[in-house]
Amino acid sequence: MDRTQLLLAVAAGLFALGLLGVIVRRNVLVMLMCMELMLNGVNLSLVTFAQQTATTAGAVLVFLTFVVATAEIALAIPIVLLLVRDKRTLDLDAYSDLKG
Amino acid sequence: MLTLIVLLPLLGFLLNGVLATRLGGNQVGRSFVTVVGCGLPLAAFALTVQALFELQARGYAPLVETAYRWALIGGSEFEIAFYFDRLSAVMTLVVTGVGSVIHIYSVGYMAHDKSYGRFFAYLNLFLFFMLLLVLGRSLLVLFVGWEGVGLASYLLIGFWFDDLANARAGKKAFITNRIGDAGFLLGMFLLFHAVGTLDMDRINAAFAFTGASAPAVSASLVGILLFIGATGKSAQIPLHVWLPDAMAGPTPVSALIHAATMVTAGVYLVARMSGIYLQAPEASAVIAVVGVATAFFAATIAVVQTDIKKVLAYSTVSQLGFMFLALGVGAYGVAIFHVVTHAFFKACLFLGAGSVIHALGGEQDVRKMGGLARRIPITFITFAVATAAIAGIPPLAGFFSKDEILWYALASTSGGSPLLLLVAAATALMTAFYMFRLLWLTFLGRSRMDHEVEHHVHESPWSMTGVLLLLAMLSAVGGFIAVPHFLEPQLPLPQVSEALHHLHKPLLVLSILLALAGLAGAAYLFGGAPDRVEALRERFATAHRWLTNKYYIDELYERFIGQPLVWVSDRVFLRLSDRIVLDGTLNGLGALGRSSGDALGRVQAGKLNLYVWFVMIGIVGALLWSWRHV
Repeated sequence: MDRTQLLLAVAAGLFALGLLGVIVRRNVLVMLMCMELMLNGVNLSLVTFAQQTATTAGAVLVFLTFVVATAEIALAIPIVLLLVRDKRTLDLDAYSDLKG
Repeated sequence: MLTLIVLLPLLGFLLNGVLATRLGGNQVGRSFVTVVGCGLPLAAFALTVQALFELQARGYAPLVETAYRWALIGGSEFEIAFYFDRLSAVMTLVVTGVGSVIHIYSVGYMAHDKSYGRFFAYLNLFLFFMLLLVLGRSLLVLFVGWEGVGLASYLLIGFWFDDLANARAGKKAFITNRIGDAGFLLGMFLLFHAVGTLDMDRINAAFAFTGASAPAVSASLVGILLFIGATGKSAQIPLHVWLPDAMAGPTPVSALIHAATMVTAGVYLVARMSGIYLQAPEASAVIAVVGVATAFFAATIAVVQTDIKKVLAYSTVSQLGFMFLALGVGAYGVAIFHVVTHAFFKACLFLGAGSVIHALGGEQDVRKMGGLARRIPITFITFAVATAAIAGIPPLAGFFSKDEILWYALASTSGGSPLLLLVAAATALMTAFYMFRLLWLTFLGRSRMDHEVEHHVHESPWSMTGVLLLLAMLSAVGGFIAVPHFLEPQLPLPQVSEALHHLHKPLLVLSILLALAGLAGAAYLFGGAPDRVEALRERFATAHRWLTNKYYIDELYERFIGQPLVWVSDRVFLRLSDRIVLDGTLNGLGALGRSSGDALGRVQAGKLNLYVWFVMIGIVGALLWSWRHV
């Protein structure tokens, strides 16, 4: 297994770990962190492919993703704060008010 | 001018229909209705007379007046054009003349009715459509009039619609006529297809050609289809059932629509299309046989009816049968002659019956009349004259027209036969019998009235008796108007077989003898002791039952047409088609939406983890699919 394959496997592993976390955990903050893990997995694969093909597009895209992720967290954390202020819990099951 | 003749009654309808209800039922409103309702038909009559003079001045070249171009489809023009020739002239004079006097009669007859204005509005509407019918140049215009008089007839039969029986009778008339109209329409389609025009003069001209240039359609087929329309409007077997029920309307309506004018529209149609029937011996034979059969059966029913208006109704059916007999043997002018004389005496009879009903406060059963001759003498005299006229006693009007019909039924080379004469003669005998029976039961003999009714018997006002006198006079002298001779240039009389020529005079004597025999029979049975009738009735109890029940034809139709239709409508159209198929489909679709909504709603549980699962499954599925297919 060469380095590229190893890096891609790590990226897939990070993504799968994040996804698993989003699916099984109930804590909103933990779920947000798991989503960051998934993003990082994708970023890693982007960088790896950029290295492999010797282009810069992938690396540039990573910076874009960072910016988006930062903005997202900047919005998500206040939302979580507001939710917690409302229901005094981080458990996601408490927030199923909109179910059909 | 022709347009004006047609439009005047329409104006009357609009004025009476719109304004009369606004003015209300007070004296002013009623006077307005009377002036408009009677004045405009009289004006139409005056214009018709003027048109006749103009026709004469032109040497009887037809007057044609195009009022409006209705449609232009491809190369075919459909115009509302009016056509005034000898035949239209006779019909228009009868319609406006007899129509006007019946309007005047109605002033007295309907004086106490709360819907006075509505009545005159409908009568004027009827007159408008009837004039459209007789003056229209194209079959299309005629058909509009044809349907319109049906509508007016429906409205007037059900004039007192708060009684359900009247409304039913109107409906029956309307629906029965629709059956005939289907045949009429098919005939029109065929004619248009074959000749390329619906103008009746052009159609007649086209059928005069023979050989290669003849219309590519069987004249007999067209003739029979048009005749089916005529059987509906003119109450011939098998569509005669509506006319006796139509007596539910006010009596002037029975006189105007169901005796003098509308029911003769079928006769007019056949006479107008004589160009076709001259080429269609089979259709003519059918007409003659249907006509004579109707005349005979209706006369037998009339013998036992006890309602004064029902007797007259069956008599009308029977006389219409006579007219069709004349048409069937090619004597078109004679048929129109009988239309004219029949309009006079039958209108007089109906209006006389109306006067009797008026005098008795609504009683129509002849078993509760009798001895009225002295109480209401003018009505009696006029009724007696008209009775003698219809029975065929010379020199009154009915004698001339009926005698000519009998003669051509025997001697015409285009379809005359001794058998037709035999049945027609038997019918003539019965006609005389049942009419004098009616006269006897109503006016002569001892009174069988209730004491209360008898106390209130009174002669009708002058507006009614004056009209009766006028019509009785016309019934007396109407036979001297030589209608067949006047129409001969347009509707030639059929050839008469030379071998039978010597029978003309004996036949004349025979028809007088028949009338007198009918009179004698009625006088013997009803003028004498009542047990004579009773004995006869008991002896022929079965026949009497069949006749009083009108041969159970209504029941037959109900059993074999009405009930199956109801069954099919109920079971197939309502229960199967409407409730199961249509409602079932819609309810099924609704239930499907609801249940699938229930099932899918469970997915929206508000659990974010679950949603992520779905997203993942979706992504994986999409990836797999694209991997397979790209």
